[in-house]
Order: sequence, then C-alpha cells, then structure tokens
Amino acid sequence: MPQLSSESVESNAASAVSSPIVEAIEIDKWFGQLHVLRKVSLTVLPRQVIVIIGPSGSGKSTFLRCVNHLEKIDGGSLTVNGQAIGYRHRRGRLIADSERHIAQQRRNVGMVFQRFNLFPHMTALENVTAAPMHVNGMNRSQARDLGESLLARVGLADRANSYPGHLSGGQQQRVAIARALAMKPALMLFDEATSALDPEMIGEVLDVMKELALDGMTMIVVTHEMGFAREVGDRVIMMDHGAIVEEGTPAELFTNPRNERTQSFLSKIIH
Amino acid sequence: MSLLAAQFDSHYFWQHLFHPDGVFLRAVWTTVYLAVLGQAFGTLLGLPLAIARRSTHRLLSGAAWTYSWLWRGTPLLVQLLIVYTGLATAGIYRFHDVDFGLFRLPAEQQAAIITLSLAEAAYMGEIFRAAIGSVDRGQWEAAKSVGMRPWPTMRLVILPQAARVVVPPLGNEFITMLKQTSLLSIIGVTELFRMSSNINSVDFKTFEIFFVAAIWYLMLTTVWSLIQHRIEVHLARSERASAVPLEKSSLERLTGLAR
Repeated sequence: MPQLSSESVESNAASAVSSPIVEAIEIDKWFGQLHVLRKVSLTVLPRQVIVIIGPSGSGKSTFLRCVNHLEKIDGGSLTVNGQAIGYRHRRGRLIADSERHIAQQRRNVGMVFQRFNLFPHMTALENVTAAPMHVNGMNRSQARDLGESLLARVGLADRANSYPGHLSGGQQQRVAIARALAMKPALMLFDEATSALDPEMIGEVLDVMKELALDGMTMIVVTHEMGFAREVGDRVIMMDHGAIVEEGTPAELFTNPRNERTQSFLSKIIH
Repeated sequence: MSLLAAQFDSHYFWQHLFHPDGVFLRAVWTTVYLAVLGQAFGTLLGLPLAIARRSTHRLLSGAAWTYSWLWRGTPLLVQLLIVYTGLATAGIYRFHDVDFGLFRLPAEQQAAIITLSLAEAAYMGEIFRAAIGSVDRGQWEAAKSVGMRPWPTMRLVILPQAARVVVPPLGNEFITMLKQTSLLSIIGVTELFRMSSNINSVDFKTFEIFFVAAIWYLMLTTVWSLIQHRIEVHLARSERASAVPLEKSSLERLTGLAR
C-alpha cells in the first residue's frame, strides 16, 4: 500500500484562503443539439473535496473538462483562481483567450484521466518531469529530485525507470497523479480515475487520493466510489441530464436523499 | 547466324557483377546518394506539410492540400522533364553545374534532387498526417492538462509516438525512391540504370547487363531493409517485454519468416 509523506501539499491554495478556487455560474454547454450542461453553478473553496456523482451521460465529466478548458463553455461564467477560463475581458467585452494564456491557466490545475493517458514513450520519471522541465524550465537535476520525491509519495520510488507498458493499471494511475502534482496545482480534477482499473487496484489509487485530500489539496472528484465520497468528500453533487439535481454533505445525501432521481441512482449503486 | 550466340554469357555476367569498374560503381553511388537526399529532403518537407494540412487555418490547409494534389497526381517522369528541360526551354530557369569546393554538382542532378524532394514531400506529408492522427486524443489532453502548448506537445509527446508509425511506410517510400531513381536517366543523370543502358548499347548483352542492374537494385533495397529493421527495434524499446506485441518487422515481412 502506498504511503504518502506527511508534509503538506505545496499549492497556491494556501495563499488565497478565503476566495473560491472554482466559481462556476450557470454554465451552459452544447454538443451540437445536445444540451449537456444546463446552468450548472458550483463554488469550490480552498481545501474542499467536491465529489460529483450521477449516471453516465449526466454531464459530470464534461463539467470537469470545462474547468480545465478541455471543453469550451457556451454560456455562463467560469473562473478558476479568480481568472475567467477561456475568455478574457477586453474593453468590457469577452474575447476568446489565446492558447498561451489557456496553457498558463492549466498549469494551476492538475487532471487525472480515466484512461491514465501516460506518455507511453517516456519512463514513469520522465512522465513526471516532462512538464516541470519543458513548461516551467526547471533544470534536469531539480526536476529529477522533484519527480523522484513525487513517485515516492505515490509509492512508486522503485518504478521510476519503468515504462507505462510495464506497469499495472493502478501503478500507471498513481504515476499520472504524480505527473499532475509535479506542476504544483492549486486544484486537482479526477475524472473517474478508478473506473478503468481492475477491482484489486482501485484501493491503492483511492488511498493516494485520500492522502492528498488529508494534505489539504482542493479536489473535484467524479467517481462511482461511494465509499470514497462518504469518507473524503466535503460536499457531494448529484448530477443528472446536465444539471445539478441535489447537493449536500455526504451524510445528508447518502442517508437522506430528497430528490427522487438521487434516490433511484443511489439505490442502484449501493447494494 | 548461330542460336548459340544468343546464349547467356556467364563470364560477362559474373565479371560485371563482381568486378564492376569504377565508372559503374560511381553510377551505383549516384543512385544511392540521390535517393538518400531525395528521401531526406522529402521527409523534412513532409512534416510541415502534414502540420499545415491539420491546421484550422483554411488557407494554410488548402495550400497544403493543393500541393499534395498536384505532386501526387502527376507522374515523376513528367515532373522531371518540366523542372529540368521545361523550365529551361520556357526561359524561366536553367540549371547550371555548381562547384562545392571538392565536388561538383551537375545541373541535371540539382534538378533531380529538387524534383525528387518536392514529389516525395507530398507522399511523406500524407504519411505524417496519418501517423499524427493515429496518436490517441488522450495524449493531447494529458499534455494540455499539464500546461504544455501545442508545439511542445507536438515535439515531446506526439511526434515520438508518431515516429513509430511512420517508419514502416517510410521504408516503403525509400525502397520506391531507390528504384525510381532509374527515371532520372531521362534528364541525363548517369545512375545505375543509365549506366547499364550505356553499356548495353555498346556490348548488346542486354539480358546479362540488366540482370546485373536488377541484382544491384536488390542489394540496395535489402541493405535498407536491414537498417529499417534496426530502427524499428530501437523505436519499440519502450514496449519491449510488455503485453503489447511488437508489430512484424520489415525483415519478417520481407522474408515471410518469424525470428
């Protein structure tokens, strides 16, 4: 089982204690004719762990991808660290942001994907050090130290020189978490990070995520792992058909769901 | 007239195969270096062409499409004549021999290198385009998510993965290139084929001399296949011993044998 060091997560979160990390106000998103996000509003405060649940196709992953600007919003407003995502105000008008600025904003946000998306031609260590070196201009030896300490934190110090193809799914996902942490993000997004894993590997990844939450990382987690939501989540958001249908603390939402769609969803998931 | 006179002159055949004179070897060398230069420049030009094709900028992708359409849609033989002879007779441009200190690049070889490169770029552009497109979309997203901008993403993440996909069709292209240098004889480049023709017009040992030429071409393409095999093994190192099986190497494809 991976053991995380107890040192706290270095992040920009600490410097902005009161202001929200994410502020989504009535976001709309369309895929052609399909209305995938319907006026979704959500505020995430520093050190909060938000868990988003809901049936597939409910828009939870799309929302997460909007936060990292992998998808463009069609309406509403979305700020991360106080900066509008994808748009900039210029002379009172909203204009599309430059690739350069979008890339800068993404550095503050880490993302972990369902299918890991590790770079298969790089070793575990190279996966972690690529962005610090080539985006932040960190030198090789500093990046190496950082990479090795992050791999140690996810319990993979001994696999630094392995290629992703030689690692198990659980190990690959832990490398992916280390890769995202290497940019010292203020916010971590988890897009069904354990859904593609064999059952016996889910635990090791969830443990890393729990340690991260305990260290004070701000997180938005899309997951079907209700145990994790109950144990780690500060707030649980239930989405369905592109809208937030219910939200509350895990205790409220799991023991006493008010919305009938939440009730029917939970009854299918929790046996 | 005797039928025996038409028989295979084995002495002449072996003589030309194993003891070629310096002039013949020079022609073989011309074939090799023109093919290598044509392939190298064609590959270098093909990559920006592929990136232009993928651009969201309409004018850029349209220009790249038109380029491919023109060069892939016309025969190399015709292109060679237009570039070398046609431009000169139209008074647009006439190639002249150029001295590079130690060696001299004749006019017709300049035209050959330029035409081979420009034509090859169109084919390599398509190959790069397909290879870049074959890289999983998740790779772009992962690179974006750690703050990489498009060009570093291309250089560090996409192209190294695309390279593995490019090598087998690149190998095919180079084999085609080696063989199609024989077309350069039309503009007066003394390469392997033209040299054989010249010898034939003196000795009239048509079967023997072109058989020798065929064996030389075969040796060149075989040597290349071995080099390509080494490149493929090198590029696949990150997958060695993993669950994903290696694709068949060019050597296996060539021989039909498994190692």
